[in-house]
Amino acid sequence: MRHIISLLMENEAGALSRVAGLFSARGYNIESLTVAVTEDPTLSRMTIVTTGSDDVIEQIIKQLNKLIDVVKVLDLNDGKHIERELMLVKVKATGVHKDEMKRMCDIFRGRIIDVADNSYTIELTGSCSKLDAFIEAIDRSAILETVRTGASGIGRGDRILKV
Amino acid sequence: MDASAHSATDTHAKSMTGADIVVSCLNEEKVKFVFGYPGGAVLHIYDALYKQNGFKHILVRHEQAAVHAADAYSRATGDVGVALVTSGPGATNAVTGIATAYMDSIPMVVISGQVPVPAIGMDAFQEVDMVGVTRPCVKHNFLVKHVKDIAPTIKKAFFIAKTGRPGPVVVDIPKDITAHVADFIYPKTVEMRSYNPILKGHSGQIKKAVKLLLGAKRPMIYTGGGLVLGNGAAELVKLAKALNFPVTNTLMGLGGYPATDRQFVGMLGMHGTYEANMAMQHCDVLLAVGARFDDRVIGNPKHFSGQKRTIIHIDVDPSSISKRVKVDVPIVGDVQSVLADMNEILSQEENQTTDTADWWTQINEWRGIQSLDYAYSDTVIKPQYVVQKLWEVTKGEAYVTSDVGQHQMWAAQYYKFDKPRRWINSGGLGTMGVGLPYAMGCQFADKNAQVACITGEGSIQMNIQELSTCAQYGLPIKVILLNNRYLGMVRQWQEFFYENRYSESYMDSLPDFVKLAESYGHVGMNITNPADVEGALKEAFDKKDKFVFMNFLTDQAENVFPMVENGKGLSEMVLSPRTASRLKGEE
Repeated sequence: MRHIISLLMENEAGALSRVAGLFSARGYNIESLTVAVTEDPTLSRMTIVTTGSDDVIEQIIKQLNKLIDVVKVLDLNDGKHIERELMLVKVKATGVHKDEMKRMCDIFRGRIIDVADNSYTIELTGSCSKLDAFIEAIDRSAILETVRTGASGIGRGDRILKV
Repeated sequence: MDASAHSATDTHAKSMTGADIVVSCLNEEKVKFVFGYPGGAVLHIYDALYKQNGFKHILVRHEQAAVHAADAYSRATGDVGVALVTSGPGATNAVTGIATAYMDSIPMVVISGQVPVPAIGMDAFQEVDMVGVTRPCVKHNFLVKHVKDIAPTIKKAFFIAKTGRPGPVVVDIPKDITAHVADFIYPKTVEMRSYNPILKGHSGQIKKAVKLLLGAKRPMIYTGGGLVLGNGAAELVKLAKALNFPVTNTLMGLGGYPATDRQFVGMLGMHGTYEANMAMQHCDVLLAVGARFDDRVIGNPKHFSGQKRTIIHIDVDPSSISKRVKVDVPIVGDVQSVLADMNEILSQEENQTTDTADWWTQINEWRGIQSLDYAYSDTVIKPQYVVQKLWEVTKGEAYVTSDVGQHQMWAAQYYKFDKPRRWINSGGLGTMGVGLPYAMGCQFADKNAQVACITGEGSIQMNIQELSTCAQYGLPIKVILLNNRYLGMVRQWQEFFYENRYSESYMDSLPDFVKLAESYGHVGMNITNPADVEGALKEAFDKKDKFVFMNFLTDQAENVFPMVENGKGLSEMVLSPRTASRLKGEE
């Protein structure tokens, strides 16, 4: 099953590589991994999207907790949560594509953030599956380039991950 | 990092160089021995240690041996082992030792030199990314970049190494900062928001466990290296005695329960006794203490889980619980503290008696098979016989180190360890070449003790250069070389699984070990006749101040039994041909 794991860790050199190294050393899957500093500059927050059986996810959480730099770990799938990912897509905007891309962008509540002679760059935010759906919906041959940030996640309401 | 390490309120902090700070930190930690090898990046540190008389530096002949010796010193004493190596090749040579300690959870601090901070990343002479290289095989590691961070980092390193599930910690220190000057303040305590190991077991879980144990019909206690490292042996003996339960130890756990006691059923696992493996497989309540159900212990996990039993698992590391086998009552905590709580709860129970008579009858029946029986020969030396005689001659009190292979298994099977911290071997990583440096570490830990290194002619040659270190420090180690001219365990697998194709497992062009030992000023002995084994051992151990290298020419075809073949279940052991034919005759 797909799980979104959030963790807080010391904002120290090498902390990211400890997490990434753990996943590769133990053969766990990573679908995406994002990391950035929090409002507290000594802490970084990471969101890892992974897949595995319940046993594997349990081990992942335990192994993450075991890393000395990791302060807190939360499996967002244990409760209600929100996930968002940002995607930038550069598409052909010539001929039939020109109106089609504008229309699809509107339907998916995206924004065109750059217009060039032959292309649009579309910014789209949402769950990973929504971004997948957009890619599916538009004409593949019109896609020039895509870049995705990987998912960020947060618990709903009172579910707060803080030190 | 200095934010989380509390500073002592020392008003007369002394200004000193980074190198002096390193040395002062080690003395603050009351380190007695530092095993190391000098080089460019640690020259300032070596100059600083020359000028102090706190700890003693032990000069090895290869950095790998420094780390192994520090590791063994820790296994024998329980203190944190310390090694000091230079950057680049010094650091990479240390890696096998670090990985060995990591797999067996040995508390150790390894200080490595690094190129000066401005040279990092420039492919400088003797530069290697030590923090990157060791990341997968340390509990934690640090690259120190400012002189003021040296003391708080070393404080943290010792704290992390010895608390929770212990392990090696690497502190990588660039050369330039060992020349920089700072005030030396050694923090008195460490507080880390990201690291708070659980020590006290959950009382509800402990009560539940005691209830289960009291209700068991076919109980079994299975203990590992964690019991030894967590100093829980005395509490375990108390518990097992009160309940009259059978006990087995893993390879790493030998000595955790006295091997000569009636309740001890021997080591379990791939080369465990018949009774230990059968009892493990067929018990109804299993108490696992500081053990991790690894592949060499339970064989095929599916086969093991196929049999229903209730498992209670005590371990200080939550990630060890339910990793390979699902457990029913997990108890996270320090084994000594949890076992003490169990004993306390047990002593308050009204009815402390257990009904295990039928189970003991069954176990004694399994025992009667005598799975460790072997054919004594009066023409060729049997390796098992040498170990048995070693046990007798040393009265079971020696520190015994081993290398890796057949001799390691025979040492584990036939030397009956009654005390913890006497059996020193590389269980997890299985590192050939540890035996001699391990013996050095033990001899430094206890200079009057009998120390025996049981080894093979393959393993001993992997760190043979340490014969020189032993000469320099006058270490009276006894090397028990079981020389069968084969990489025995490889040969055994090739015999069983590769139709006798002995690919590269024969040891040719061996040195004359007697002459080799003598060239270092040691005593060398060749023993070729079974009748001479006991006398030779006595003669060797009578030389109390001499290093004796005993070259026993042993049976080339001997195999280790019983054996649980790879992928097989624990109760599907192959018995020795001798035992098997005896059983057939009895039918």
